[in-house]
Amino acid sequence: MFQLRIHGRGGQGVVTAAELLSAAAFVEGRHAQAFPSFGSERTGAPVVSFCRIDDKPIRSREPISHPDALIVQDPTLLHQVNLFEGLSPDGYMLINTQHSFADLGLADFVKQFRAERMLTVPASELAREHVGRPIPNAALLGGFAGLSGLVSIDSVAAAVEERFPERLAAGNIAAARAACEFVRNEMEELAHA
Amino acid sequence: MLKQIEGSQAVARGVAMCRPEVICAYPISPQTHIVEGLSDLVRTGELTPCEFVSVESEFAAMSVAIGASAAGARAYTATASQGLLYMAEALFNASGLGLPIVMTVANRAIGAPINIWNDHSDAMSQRDCGWMQLYAETNQEALDLHVQAYRLAEELSLPVMVCMDGFILTHAHERIDLPQQEQVDEFLPPYEPRQVLDPADPVTIGAMVGPEAFFEVKYLAHAKQMQALDLIPEVAAGFARVFGRESGGLIRSYRAEDAETIVVALGSVMGTIEETIDELREQGVRIGALAIKSFRPFPLEEVRAALGGARRVVVLEKALAVGIGGILSANVRMALSGIDLHGYTVIAGLGGRPITRASLLRLFADAIADELQPLTFLDMKWDVVQREVERQQAGRRPGPHAENIIRDLGIVGARSH
Amino acid sequence: MPHQQIKFYQAGSFVAGNRLLPPEERSVQARMDRSNSLTSGHRACQGCGEALGARYALDAAMRATGNQVIAANATGCLEVFSTPFPESSWQLPWIHSLFGNAPAVATGVAAALKVKGRTDVRVVGQGGDGGTVDIGFACLSGMFERNDDVLFICYDNEAYMNTGVQRSGATPPAARTATTKPVGEEPGNVFGQGKSAPLIAMAHEIPYVATATVSELRDLEYKVERAMEFRGARYLHIFVPCPLGWGSASHDTIRIARLAKETGLFPVFEAEDGEVTGVSRIRRPVPVEEYLRPQRRYAHLFGDPPRADVIARIQERADRNIRRFGLLPDPGEGADLPGHATDKADVTT
Repeated sequence: MFQLRIHGRGGQGVVTAAELLSAAAFVEGRHAQAFPSFGSERTGAPVVSFCRIDDKPIRSREPISHPDALIVQDPTLLHQVNLFEGLSPDGYMLINTQHSFADLGLADFVKQFRAERMLTVPASELAREHVGRPIPNAALLGGFAGLSGLVSIDSVAAAVEERFPERLAAGNIAAARAACEFVRNEMEELAHA
Repeated sequence: MLKQIEGSQAVARGVAMCRPEVICAYPISPQTHIVEGLSDLVRTGELTPCEFVSVESEFAAMSVAIGASAAGARAYTATASQGLLYMAEALFNASGLGLPIVMTVANRAIGAPINIWNDHSDAMSQRDCGWMQLYAETNQEALDLHVQAYRLAEELSLPVMVCMDGFILTHAHERIDLPQQEQVDEFLPPYEPRQVLDPADPVTIGAMVGPEAFFEVKYLAHAKQMQALDLIPEVAAGFARVFGRESGGLIRSYRAEDAETIVVALGSVMGTIEETIDELREQGVRIGALAIKSFRPFPLEEVRAALGGARRVVVLEKALAVGIGGILSANVRMALSGIDLHGYTVIAGLGGRPITRASLLRLFADAIADELQPLTFLDMKWDVVQREVERQQAGRRPGPHAENIIRDLGIVGARSH
Repeated sequence: MPHQQIKFYQAGSFVAGNRLLPPEERSVQARMDRSNSLTSGHRACQGCGEALGARYALDAAMRATGNQVIAANATGCLEVFSTPFPESSWQLPWIHSLFGNAPAVATGVAAALKVKGRTDVRVVGQGGDGGTVDIGFACLSGMFERNDDVLFICYDNEAYMNTGVQRSGATPPAARTATTKPVGEEPGNVFGQGKSAPLIAMAHEIPYVATATVSELRDLEYKVERAMEFRGARYLHIFVPCPLGWGSASHDTIRIARLAKETGLFPVFEAEDGEVTGVSRIRRPVPVEEYLRPQRRYAHLFGDPPRADVIARIQERADRNIRRFGLLPDPGEGADLPGHATDKADVTT
């Protein structure tokens, strides 16, 4: 079973991101469970969502305390909320930012993990470019597909297509593919570094 | 057909396939998505003929359902927590009048203090109102139970509450097998009321009944629930035949046949319990679990048979009877009367506090070592409680508990979740 | 329907029907084929205004709909005295659920009928003042707001009678009840409280609102039949004296109802979509004292010393109603309420 946790703020599509990922896994014939940390609706408040993916039915329902992957949609949370709690040493992390880990003050932190699994991607900028709005969730999922291979980018695209109205789907898919590309390039650079 | 869908939406689709004729509901977290889903289906004409009534309160919701059901329409509503309490008077009325209404309760804690997260205090507060109470472990089962509920309700002329954990199930996206309309139609015939308001054959419904007859009328309601103990498994078996999967019934055992320790619970926490049990079984521990599916009527005989051979029973429940202790465990204890074993009540998850595998592992280890108190509170912050008790004893005006404790814990957002 | 044997209890009265009227204007009660929805055998007190009002109202509803009526009743005197288990006085389909939910139950019945395509069957919700203006008020307002196809009838005897005459939101100022005794500074119920359910109904702008009394029974029947010409939410508020609760003689019920109207204390009118369309004018204005005297619930106003100050305040209320609704037949005097008063609703007995 693969467990992923997504952090962001209300209004950034954090909850939808987990649902989309679960839908992408479903498209591939796998079992998936997505749920948010629940609270009253409020834009701007820290929000967490969870996704479990497995090849057999998923029974556990507790919040994910030991994620195999983290996606951080909003870097302003970095030093406000304990985002990294429980992340596995072999875990993946993808942060939505134009900056580097060093710029974010995380250079030392990420050294504890596997370098090729700790990446950043400017998802908000890609979203703005392809969708016209800086909602980074679909792009981040595309990036995550590239980073982990847990789901394919095509499955992500299928999930977005199914879920979003037509006028938003195309742009979000484009952003997702662009982010996937970006992440793959980053990984190649790291490999050759 | 398989779909990856939100629990609430799955329930909405399932209810729609039952062809309800009057839907009347008032919004309350975490049931809102169910009612919104149904409202959409009525508006688009997918669910027709159906009257969707936007009522002004939960009391009105149940009252409209009463009127509609008495006039011969299949009626549906949904609520949780405070809403269930607000309609409490009407709940007793509906069951007393024998109206086969089906209602979803998206289990949520009851205030004060106000809390929107999951526990079973709402349904438990109404356990004796005469409604049948079924608990779903998964969203698939939540959908399935609504279909079974209408069969049960209409055959017995008694209303049914389908309980599903608020947020944990209602707001989780997971794989659901949506039934076909034809399957539901085969399983659930149109509503044939036992009594109906019809000018062609007038009846008086709801007369006052004095000491000379009340006792008998009340007993008959109990007798109907006793009948349900036979009907529930029958309906579950019939469901399995038509839909090809197990769902509902009175109880469900998990690896309990040779177990020395059996954990008893209601609802979705069974999933996490099963994972924990699997881990312990790997280590050779003889432990199993029992899910109660029908809480009302309470299957005394079946529970006794399932637990009677164990050395210890741990009842893990999401409700607290303030002033005495466990509720589910009291019912279980009744089933076990005369049998000598160690019984432990564990109150857990109140107000939505997560029940984690790590905590369950520690808990079960303590149980197996018989190092548990008869009544324990899982993951209680005793230091916080102690500080508050001291604060209360120290001054005349110590302030409200909730505010003091929240201040004591600091900013909630500092944790990862 | 089987023929109903008519029992004439009052010779030469208006209630049994006037042979000088054209047939369609005669009281339903004069007919051999009246539905007798609330039939004899119920346990109401001698002189009960509510029993009289309910019988007239429901039979009129039955006539207007070809006997296709379902009634939802709140808890209260009417419900209790009409259904002493195992007997029932109701000859139409009737349901009693709770005290505060009669309007909502009626909504539910109407929704069921609509979904089944039985638009020929009409729904009447009914209850006393307590069940309507107090505990049932939220449900009533919800039914109005949704414009559900229900005629709701309130039988107003101005207190919670069935439980022993306690004050309700419809209890008038100075009236004695079990919880507003004539002791202390303000004897009886205080001034400055209470609500007008008919005016609040009008504020919802529902298709039809009307008031009536049991002293003008043909007018009452007319209003029920008029209400049945509309679809949507309708409200009828009927003034029904309670001999037991008011301490009046059982044979005075109709007379006291007439006095309530003729003093101006109980305005009789009709309204559509929130505007008054008709007013039943006062024929012979009467000072409120004449109305108050026959009721022991006002006896403390006539004691030693008499409370002329309180009576004067009550008179002020009556005068205000007369001004507001245009209750006196003076062409120069307009009404203060939206719409204009006419004589349309004035039915001769």
